[in-house]
Amino acid sequence: MSQTLTFGDSCAPITCHAWNKDRNQIAFSPNNNEVHIYQKEGSEWKQTDNLVEHDMRVMGIDWAPNTNRIVTCSVDRNAYVWTQGDDGKWTTTLVLLRINRAATCVKWSPMENKFAVGSGARLISICYFEKENNWWVSKHIKKPIRSTVTTLDWHPNNILLVAGSTDFKVRVFSAYIKDIEDQPGPNVWGSKLPLGQLLAEFPSAGSGWVHSVSFSADGNKVAWVGHDSSINVADATQGKTVIKLKTEYLPFLGCIWISNNTLIVAGHSCIPLLYCHDGDEIKFVAKLDNTQRKESGGLSAMKKFQSLDRQARIETSDTYLDSIHQNAITCINLYKGTKADAVKFSTSGLDGQLVTWDLRSIESLEDLRIH
Amino acid sequence: MAKNTSSSAFRKIDIDQYNEDNFKEDESEQSIPTGPDEGEVCALLNQYRFVEALKHVLNNAPLGSSNQQIKDNALTLTLKVLLAIKSAQIEEAVGTLSQDDIDILMKYIYRGFEYPSEGSSGHLLLWHEKAFNIGGSGSIVRVLSDRMTV
Repeated sequence: MSQTLTFGDSCAPITCHAWNKDRNQIAFSPNNNEVHIYQKEGSEWKQTDNLVEHDMRVMGIDWAPNTNRIVTCSVDRNAYVWTQGDDGKWTTTLVLLRINRAATCVKWSPMENKFAVGSGARLISICYFEKENNWWVSKHIKKPIRSTVTTLDWHPNNILLVAGSTDFKVRVFSAYIKDIEDQPGPNVWGSKLPLGQLLAEFPSAGSGWVHSVSFSADGNKVAWVGHDSSINVADATQGKTVIKLKTEYLPFLGCIWISNNTLIVAGHSCIPLLYCHDGDEIKFVAKLDNTQRKESGGLSAMKKFQSLDRQARIETSDTYLDSIHQNAITCINLYKGTKADAVKFSTSGLDGQLVTWDLRSIESLEDLRIH
Repeated sequence: MAKNTSSSAFRKIDIDQYNEDNFKEDESEQSIPTGPDEGEVCALLNQYRFVEALKHVLNNAPLGSSNQQIKDNALTLTLKVLLAIKSAQIEEAVGTLSQDDIDILMKYIYRGFEYPSEGSSGHLLLWHEKAFNIGGSGSIVRVLSDRMTV
């Protein structure tokens, strides 16, 4: 049902993680300026590289599956594109983001010819490779963003971009770069698509920061989660009205579609949850983690130091949670399948664990129909 | 060279005011309710129609109002209703409320803790317990995160 992976003996929080195409390599940041690359050898995960170029905390990593390039962004206001040489070593190219605040999130476009970086400078940098000068340049989407951009996701058509921000709003922009792409045709979100065109803006009166956004596989729906513990869906084919579900859980930090009408959310409650968008409502489907409390077999010295390291606690009381993740889940990625038909997904969080979840076996265990 | 002083007054200077595209809260477009009608609430209380009184104060809560006077009046009135309802009837009253009403109720419970009177906190804790049973941690999070305060 679920499998916990451990990398080395570190138990630092995992800021974010990204898989390669074959899922036998992973890049993650242990909450500092480094990006660790691990490769699967047999049943073991061995560190193959350590990307040290940033000098402040890494905020986002994305691995382009087909072109096998990694992009990272960090609080030091830089983004780097990493390419692998024939000797397996990663080399880096600086991207000119032209921002004066921390870069907070990064995502390759589906065709992998450009990527978007969100930042605290209240703008999104759309970056693409300029052959003449042999470097990555960026164009800015500025208006009408009024606060830090916290999360991004690309539409499958490679043109549209959805961004969530700390001004409580979710916006859909055109990220069309005319230097490298053909003129896009109209779609359900709009027909005029110059770079930076605002196609939709979803206000959420008084609610919290937006933590995560996701375009559905057909690109018609946008889902997002915010710090008011809500799950929101807007459908462009249904007049872009926002459907909001205020849940009874702690706020969610990640959301992702796993079929055209089901999505997974996870966050401070440490448990991934499955919700379904049906007509004009969002319905709870299942908890994906039904781990029961483990019998605590006394307190070993090992446990004591582990708890000191993980939670900075020295008291001996049992603080084990009824879940696999023992602290907030901060990142969800697909592991197998696509957004239209996901089979496995992976989560990582502040407890330093990386867990892969098998939706098929959860389906049969819980007697659910997900797809 | 700059003199090193222990003065930290500079930290209080609002440098953001000199930034022209400074972030401002959205002005709410819809008209903000002027708060519950005191006469009506008292009338309902006198007729022992407590649940109706509770619904009246929650539905007419001046959410996001910038007028502190209106907010304070609404708080006083809501606390009066909450304290008038007997412990045994709290669960039943909470059960009739919608999810949005529970969130507003939770906001008033926390505001009520700020202004304790004789025996009020214990009673509000009971309200809190019953509201939490329905709204969960989510409704407490919304008290903290929501800008539409009561």
